[in-house]
Amino acid sequence: MASKEFCRPDPDQLLRRIQTEESGAARGRLKIFLGYAPRVGKSMRMFEEGLRRMQRGQDVVAGAIQLSGSRELEDVMHKIECVPPLRVGDGESMDVDAILGRAPQVCLIDELARENPAGSRHANRWQDVEELRAAGVNVVGAINLQYVCEQQDAVERITGKRAANSVPAAFVKSADELVMVDVPADEVSRHSQRGSLQPEQLSQLRELALLFAAEVVEEQLQRYMEEHGIRQSWGTQERILVCITPRSSARAMLDSAARATQRFHGQMFVVYVKQPDLLREQEETLEANLRYARQLGAEVRLLEGADPIATILAFAREERMTQLFIGHTQRAKWKFWTPAPVDRLIAAAEGMDVRLFPQTAAT
Amino acid sequence: MSKGKLKVFLGYAAGVGKTYRMLLEARQLLDQGRDVVIGYFEPHGRRDTIALTAGLETVPRKVYEHRGSVFEDMDTEAVIARHPEVAAVDEFAHTNVPGSPRLKRWQDVMLLLQAGIDVLTSLNIQHMESLNDQVWHVTGIRVRETVPDWILQEASEVVMVDVTPRALLHRLERGVVYAPEKARQAMDNFFTEANLSALRELALRQTAHQIEEKRDAAGRDRILLWLTPHPAAAMLIRRGRRVADYLNSPCTAVFAQRDEAAMEPWLNVCRNLRIDAKAIPCGDPARDVADYARAQGVTQLFVSRNTPELARLVSMARDMQVIIVAERVRTNTA
Repeated sequence: MASKEFCRPDPDQLLRRIQTEESGAARGRLKIFLGYAPRVGKSMRMFEEGLRRMQRGQDVVAGAIQLSGSRELEDVMHKIECVPPLRVGDGESMDVDAILGRAPQVCLIDELARENPAGSRHANRWQDVEELRAAGVNVVGAINLQYVCEQQDAVERITGKRAANSVPAAFVKSADELVMVDVPADEVSRHSQRGSLQPEQLSQLRELALLFAAEVVEEQLQRYMEEHGIRQSWGTQERILVCITPRSSARAMLDSAARATQRFHGQMFVVYVKQPDLLREQEETLEANLRYARQLGAEVRLLEGADPIATILAFAREERMTQLFIGHTQRAKWKFWTPAPVDRLIAAAEGMDVRLFPQTAAT
Repeated sequence: MSKGKLKVFLGYAAGVGKTYRMLLEARQLLDQGRDVVIGYFEPHGRRDTIALTAGLETVPRKVYEHRGSVFEDMDTEAVIARHPEVAAVDEFAHTNVPGSPRLKRWQDVMLLLQAGIDVLTSLNIQHMESLNDQVWHVTGIRVRETVPDWILQEASEVVMVDVTPRALLHRLERGVVYAPEKARQAMDNFFTEANLSALRELALRQTAHQIEEKRDAAGRDRILLWLTPHPAAAMLIRRGRRVADYLNSPCTAVFAQRDEAAMEPWLNVCRNLRIDAKAIPCGDPARDVADYARAQGVTQLFVSRNTPELARLVSMARDMQVIIVAERVRTNTA
């Protein structure tokens, strides 16, 4: 948990960055090539992009390179002007001043998650990148999944290892463009040296990276839609909303929703519309169920509204839900001459799947 | 003889570089000493891509005459006769020209695989059958050329060919993808940043799902679709298929015998997605379907919002999960 603390982004810094962005200053663009493991070819893609931009007449330099021993890669690197690193103590860091002085249009920066040696201007290379962008330099960079802070737990579960240095996911998400460098796992393992990752581990990392990239794309898309005032939900992530009442047998519903969320790599929400005059027993059941929902990783919301169905629907539309989970009507509770609330919900929830759950007597 | 392996280069729009990656791979295999041919290649006037074909053997296309017109397509029999180790076959979702022995290119690819030839091919995400509604919802375009999902599951490898929408739009502006007039049209309609981002997300998720699927144990759900003759049935079928795939669980369908004559179009969708659909005699459809589901040990019963007896079914099936499938409509957006 200590490492969590260590790699949290500085919220003030991010806020400032966003504010600069809003102020409309000519901030440099950031494009990141995301790899899922060493040797997938992300550096190569980055340098190829640099070369293409040179051929199109842009002024490109390499600010930080990583010698890899690959002939092909070094051939490409030699075609691009390199700003030499700065010696700091026993180590080296990117020479931010030299790059700023050289003022290129585009700066290529490998290994975005590098830590700078003590005594450098910034503790981390990604902070150097922010400074370059603030000065209007476009940055094209490369990084592997294992260095994205919020992905490190999942990576460690697969590989048993954890990189000491990382960048906050918010930094990666702040990129204007993110490219997934995808190659089949067995091609990577064929090129790897001994002691490296097994094909099965590689394919799990690959899946993780694809889903992370999808998450970034979804967030970019939502931002774009909001900026352009488009209200329709176009995201392709499944968003599951479980509606619970003091009387519903919520456990089965919550378990099922958690499983579906996990299978679809979606997000789970739980709502309860506050009702007056609950029996003590109902109150306790409800509390237990909400606690359980939070344990399952759901985002729990307590809503208020005179008409529970309308309240749920408004929330579901606002939050772009794709599935609604709710209990079947318990027959005895409803008089046959009035439509059950669930029927009203079904009728109104046009753009969402409605999933009705069997109800056992109590719990 | 063992079956050939299928490798799919998956993209999200024309111009992302699927064919380029496919041919690059073909060249690499050739350099490694494999016997590689191009079975079919659609140049689209893209110079960088065409340059990659130099030095690769291409099996000549076959010419078909149909009602006085002349068409060209892959000569599948000639590729099989040539019998390379690997064949690159562009545009997996292509509908064959009139007069061809088979309707769809993917059917020809199946023949090559059966003949023991490895195949490299290119495909855009919007051509997957079960995504048809979602793609329409996002882009407003009904894609007519689709490939059934199970074919992608036969692939030994699916690789995502990723570029950012911005880079793709630049390519389009520079005239790399289409001629100028067509490029302008494309950018006004299909190639908007929002469309492209949504399709890209779908492709990333599909590729991830493809990897996961190879690993997963069978799920414990049984999914049943109740079909009625209404256009929304197609949406119900595709949604059911996707959920079943994600849950790794079997999916079947039923419909009332008395509807049989009207069901053909939807049964066709079922066949394409490999869902067995069965007619059951129905006096009281809602009750009979619920009973059938119970007898079959169904855990999830999928119905359309347009099922005339929806309310009755819901009240008959309170002991199981009933899923009323969304009807996603497109609202007009700027």
